[in-house]
Amino acid sequence: MATTGYVIKSLINLIKIRSIRYASGITFVPSQADPSLGEISKMNLCQAINNAIDIAMGSDSSTCLFGEDVAFGGVFRCTVGLQEKYGKDRVFNTPICEQGIAGFGIGLAVCGSTAIAEIQFADYIFPAFDQIVNEAAKYRYRSGNLFNCGKLTIRATWGAVGHGGLYHSQSPEAYFTHTPGLKVVVPRGPIQAKGLLLSCIRNENPCIFFEPKLLYRAAVEDVPIGDYETELEQAEVVKEGKDITVVSWGTQLHVALDAAKVAEEEIGVSCEVIDLRTILPWDIDTVAKSVKKTGHLIITHEAPITSGFAAEISTKVQERCFFHLEAPISRVCGWDTPFPHIFEPFYLPTKWRIIEAIKKLIDFQH
Amino acid sequence: MYQNMITLHQMDKILYDSQRQGRISFYLTNTGEEAAQIGSTAALEDTDLIYGQYRETGSLLYRGFPLENFMHQCYGNAKDIGGGKQMPIHYGSSEHHFVTISSTLATQLPQAVGSAYAFKREKNGRIVLAYFGEGAASEGDAHGAMNMASTLKCPVIFFCRNNGYAISTPTTEQYGGDGIAGKAIGYGIHVIRVDGNDLIAVYNATKAARQMAMENEPILIEAMTYRLGHHSTSDDSAAYRSNEEVNIWQQNDNPIVRFRTVLQNMEWWNDEEEMAYRQKAQKEIMKAFLYAEKIPKPNILSMFDDVYKEMPKNLQEQRDELAEHLNNYGRYYPMKDFEGT
Repeated sequence: MATTGYVIKSLINLIKIRSIRYASGITFVPSQADPSLGEISKMNLCQAINNAIDIAMGSDSSTCLFGEDVAFGGVFRCTVGLQEKYGKDRVFNTPICEQGIAGFGIGLAVCGSTAIAEIQFADYIFPAFDQIVNEAAKYRYRSGNLFNCGKLTIRATWGAVGHGGLYHSQSPEAYFTHTPGLKVVVPRGPIQAKGLLLSCIRNENPCIFFEPKLLYRAAVEDVPIGDYETELEQAEVVKEGKDITVVSWGTQLHVALDAAKVAEEEIGVSCEVIDLRTILPWDIDTVAKSVKKTGHLIITHEAPITSGFAAEISTKVQERCFFHLEAPISRVCGWDTPFPHIFEPFYLPTKWRIIEAIKKLIDFQH
Repeated sequence: MYQNMITLHQMDKILYDSQRQGRISFYLTNTGEEAAQIGSTAALEDTDLIYGQYRETGSLLYRGFPLENFMHQCYGNAKDIGGGKQMPIHYGSSEHHFVTISSTLATQLPQAVGSAYAFKREKNGRIVLAYFGEGAASEGDAHGAMNMASTLKCPVIFFCRNNGYAISTPTTEQYGGDGIAGKAIGYGIHVIRVDGNDLIAVYNATKAARQMAMENEPILIEAMTYRLGHHSTSDDSAAYRSNEEVNIWQQNDNPIVRFRTVLQNMEWWNDEEEMAYRQKAQKEIMKAFLYAEKIPKPNILSMFDDVYKEMPKNLQEQRDELAEHLNNYGRYYPMKDFEGT
């Protein structure tokens, strides 16, 4: 009888699948802001970023915002209106040179100015890798705290966008998480972005802030209009569950939420979904607490699987939760290829791949 | 200025020899470039910010950095204000407005431009001077820095020590143009080339450059000089250049000898004073050297400090892990050399 029921259910699911039109985008899942933060306004991710920078510049006259094309409002419009409001000496274009932008930002911060450097796409942060890894990250340490560039924040657009190909789609966070001295932060939506960016700008360590560009327009939330900061190094349980823990960040967090919803409706598995938010230093405590409850872990990110940050999470969780794990930890990630143009739908760790992983984990002992 | 050149020269000898004896791990001399370093720094205001490469010890000496602190850094002992984190000669001092040296070449150049921009915005009357060698000028960061200094009109002096070599690479293999000065016009930066072994010429050029920088006009000084010593204690320069070549500079165009001649001609200095000062400097340097050698190295667990401003949980756990490990296996480690054990 059990077998018969399974066959019938499978047939029904097959019919459903055939009728589903393939969605190339993701379904953004809005969050609610803490009501105590006061008056709200509808903002997309881009507007929330702009609002955060506006507040930062308004509250600290040393703050400068610079990079390629930021003066006219930026190629994603995150800096619209800021030069008019704060002046050409505080919001300005630089020559096209990422290593120059990062080094310049370090120099501003060394002298106590708050520096918000923009790297136009995360894919082009690598020319600045030496300045970020060998310089910014090690500045305080190597000088015995005589000098530091804590007031530097580097923001960059990040992640897949549907058609970005090799150089407008990358998720390079794992390159930087192997560098002590940096903080690496990725928001999932406007409310988070504003609070996390303000925290980065005011933090006294060099921070890299990655902005999921697919969400710049697509993600709309009621964002508190006042000044607020979201704590760094703190993950958030976005959805409670008791059977499986799913960890992700950025755009992929919404893919995970979508998969969790389908898994509950069609498989009857209760998923807890955690947004990591800060990738370095990361919140092992929140993740471990969840895994000890659920006994299962899936980590998912757009970046390639080998040496992706999921590897760090799974190792640490295995160390901490060995007696609680009922199945191997599963990683659902981009394949180990450069990010392709026309093959994007097959490259990305889709909700279907996550659903498949959920099934395998739950069925592991059967 | 002259006395600082002598002190620098004497200190170089002592520390070079101490590396040969295995007492410190690494050293890099300033021989032949004393005038370029000290002449340029002397032309600055005390609060002007300096970014260096590594062969600018004279600059910091002129600023009044104590002899002991040079020694402490080279030994990496508990009194090193850098905490023993970096190889010898990577000096820094916030008090003396000398940004801590790092090994990466040319990275300080766009940083200097950013700092200069901050000064310009603050209108605080300060400028930035950034030192680099002609080899470092080939790095992409040098291009980024000069271009940004020009477009953003920053109060910065780029001071290039062209000493003819980048380790074994002669300038004929470094560039095909007219030196480093030849690049400046292309960026729209003011430029002057100066005899780097002429203390007065270096001073005058830098003084004039500072005036221009104060008007938010970046300027490049290329000081032509010669690296008399080996590149570092890890280099034997006889492998790629002849003794004859070195001797020409040593005997005929030595910056210390040249300025001594000026002083003696003005009757401001004589052989007796020279002898007396050398002995005094030697004594002071040796005293500082022997003092530093006796001081233990910093507490082992301080290696976890200053990675971030605050110590994140993962680092606290790792520090505790090492502490426990040393509790159990400390006898297999050189614990006695370190403080607090």
